[in-house]
Amino acid sequence: MADISLSRAVRRSALKRWDSAVGALLIVVLLFSFGFVDGFGNALNLSFLIGNTLPIALIALPMTLLVVSGEIDLSVASTAGLSGAVMGALWNQGMAIETIIPICLLLGVVCGLINGLLVTKLGLPSLAVTIGTLAAYRGIAQIVLGSDAVTDFPTQYLDFAAGRIGDTFIPYAFLPFLVLLAIAVVALHATPFGRSLFAIGASEEAARFAGIRVKRQKLILFTLTGLMASLTGIFWALHYASARYDNATGLELSVVAAVLLGGIDFDGGKGTLGGAIAGVFLLGALQNVMSLQDVSAQSQIVVTGVLLVLSVLGPRVVRQISTARAGRRAASTPTS
Amino acid sequence: MTHPSTTGPAPVLALKDVSKSFGAVRALRDVSLELFPGEVHALAGENGAGKSTLIKTLAGVHRPDAGQVLLDGAPVTFHGPGDARDAGIAVIYQEPTLFPDLSIAENIYMGRQPRRALGRIDHKATHNATAALMKRLGVELDPDRPARGLSIADQQIVEIAKALSFDARVLIMDEPTAALTGSEVARLFGVVRTLREQGAAVLFISHRLEEIFEICRRVTTLRDGAWIASEPLEGMTEDDLVRRMVGRDLDELYPKQEVEPGEVALSVRRLTREGVFTDVSFDVRHGEIVGLAGLVGAGRTEVARAVFGIDRWDAGEVTVHGKALVNGAPSTAMAAGLALVPEDRRAQGLVMDMSIERNIGLTGLRTTVKAGLMDRGAERSRSLDWAVKLQVKYARIADTVNTLSGGNQQKVVLAKWLATGPKVLIVDEPTRGIDVGTKAEVHRLLSQLAADGVAVLMISSDLPEILGMADRVLVMHEGRLTAEIPRSDATEETVMAAATGRAAA
Repeated sequence: MADISLSRAVRRSALKRWDSAVGALLIVVLLFSFGFVDGFGNALNLSFLIGNTLPIALIALPMTLLVVSGEIDLSVASTAGLSGAVMGALWNQGMAIETIIPICLLLGVVCGLINGLLVTKLGLPSLAVTIGTLAAYRGIAQIVLGSDAVTDFPTQYLDFAAGRIGDTFIPYAFLPFLVLLAIAVVALHATPFGRSLFAIGASEEAARFAGIRVKRQKLILFTLTGLMASLTGIFWALHYASARYDNATGLELSVVAAVLLGGIDFDGGKGTLGGAIAGVFLLGALQNVMSLQDVSAQSQIVVTGVLLVLSVLGPRVVRQISTARAGRRAASTPTS
Repeated sequence: MTHPSTTGPAPVLALKDVSKSFGAVRALRDVSLELFPGEVHALAGENGAGKSTLIKTLAGVHRPDAGQVLLDGAPVTFHGPGDARDAGIAVIYQEPTLFPDLSIAENIYMGRQPRRALGRIDHKATHNATAALMKRLGVELDPDRPARGLSIADQQIVEIAKALSFDARVLIMDEPTAALTGSEVARLFGVVRTLREQGAAVLFISHRLEEIFEICRRVTTLRDGAWIASEPLEGMTEDDLVRRMVGRDLDELYPKQEVEPGEVALSVRRLTREGVFTDVSFDVRHGEIVGLAGLVGAGRTEVARAVFGIDRWDAGEVTVHGKALVNGAPSTAMAAGLALVPEDRRAQGLVMDMSIERNIGLTGLRTTVKAGLMDRGAERSRSLDWAVKLQVKYARIADTVNTLSGGNQQKVVLAKWLATGPKVLIVDEPTRGIDVGTKAEVHRLLSQLAADGVAVLMISSDLPEILGMADRVLVMHEGRLTAEIPRSDATEETVMAAATGRAAA
């Protein structure tokens, strides 16, 4: 029994250390880039960095909660693409943008709700369900908009989505994101709802026996994820001034990679939003530096993929090393 | 401490003055044990006494820090479980791990099936060898049947057959009966007797004292890692053995207080879940402990799950204080004052990776809240309060529950539910797998709760527990309530008659 508790303790501290290690790594990468990467440190580039990372960050908020509860949603990028496509199509119809945006958000809610119902009512694994809807939602986006690109959205919206505050490095859109981040941190780490998500992720059955409404919580999470994905889709279309059916393709890979990189356990039940956001901006900074160094978009995807594998592998290796160390220490201490 | 003068055969396996420590914890201190061929030897001790460490030392998982393991009188060093297995030592665990999709024969000969030409598996030879093993054990199990769906009892038989296929001379059985019904225990004991007659040495571990007296000849007792005694069971009483295990006279095991029952708290009417249980009606009053007896699989746990809302029912009604509960909604059952301490504490009762504090806190997610946020101070004091009240032994309240012993884990589950201030408490196998000292504490607690007016429904397969604690005994057989027996008329005979479907008198 003594050895079991030892390895548990090691595991927990390893996870914590991984959290802060990612934060530290982010700082190191930023400092290094300031010093050695041409064109990195100026306010304009930094505002690009943040602006281009925001789509990942926005979706990472609900995704973190979802992974903590032991589920995943891979259809987020398609939901974002579909929202953008519908936005473009309705704009072409001459509808007012003030009407279009709520419609698109509602559409995101529906997309998320469909995922959630398939998972909770039919008991299907979310990985399979959302791979299916990943294809389906993207397909609908193409049907809706075809190969058109809609670019002529109202200027004040485009300016808000792409602009920054004066000459600072802070994009306008970063401010509402900070509000959403604060809400997500509180929801996960300080409310009964968040507490129940950790319980569900660690042991769904025990959570149910404790009177936690597992299915309802999951349905809420999937719906929120759909909402945030469509918000991201709207932001994407305005930020890049282009609504196309293939907007945000592959974004789910970056989101999942960043969240896992931030120390959220793929098996559920463990992790912090702080870690996840550190993971997001680490990925964002690396992508920015690679772009500055003229690394092609395709190669950047390779890096993202490698990071994804490393982020799953990393905490395990750290854990094993520290277990081995603890074992050696225990072996070398005299037993009295 | 050695007894070379013992007449008869030499011990096949022995421990001599073995010590083993984990860090600062001294799990075994100068422990000796001798296992003779043709003998069933009991190993007794409370949780944490060192039984598991002793077993693992014999099985080659741990190497002793000091002392010797003797095989046929000669010192040996096992470098791993493989060495012990090759030496003819096999361990049968409480919950066997078979490959569900392979047949019984394939499970037994996994990785070493008889081969035909070109390395093809000889299924016929595998089948025949397995059939021979089953015959030797005197058990009828089809070698070609897949392991999936086998009862735990049958899975254990398969493990024993597997051990025999390795020519095991020493069988270590770690709480093999914990999850078995009465008739399954009887069959297992038949197999154990057969093995004994064939000259095997068996080390038998059980928390059920009557089983030790039934099947074993000698007993070795451990307490806090120290060897207390190795002696014949003949002439000993259960009280003697308990005194050896706990080191003092035990308080009464069934401290039932007389309570005048009050109003009906929980009322179940014609509850039916198709194919599981049918037309179940009963009441539980304030101050009452109602026992729910029956064989494993009779539907007792399923009724409890439905009442609490884990599973839906198809027909019938459940009311608490006359108010109907919503079908399939544990949260509303909780709000109505119901609590369920489930059967499987590791999977259902606790989130094993969470702290003691948070596990107890899980039932307070609606109450330890301020302005929509968790009130961490209130959560901690609520958890501490109940952990202390139930005398949970822990280092820090923030430790995960998997660092606790089984008995202390069960206390955390009880704490988690008592913290909700339940009006109706359903406990399913409240003392399974926990030591006799903690068992007495749990019984005292249940009795006190009833005296304080809580309505208690206690499901148990431990008949003495039912008879010792219940004011009334309900008995289920094949999904139906077959008897309701007042405390004065409840005996092993009347309860078993109803539980096995023989007409109750």
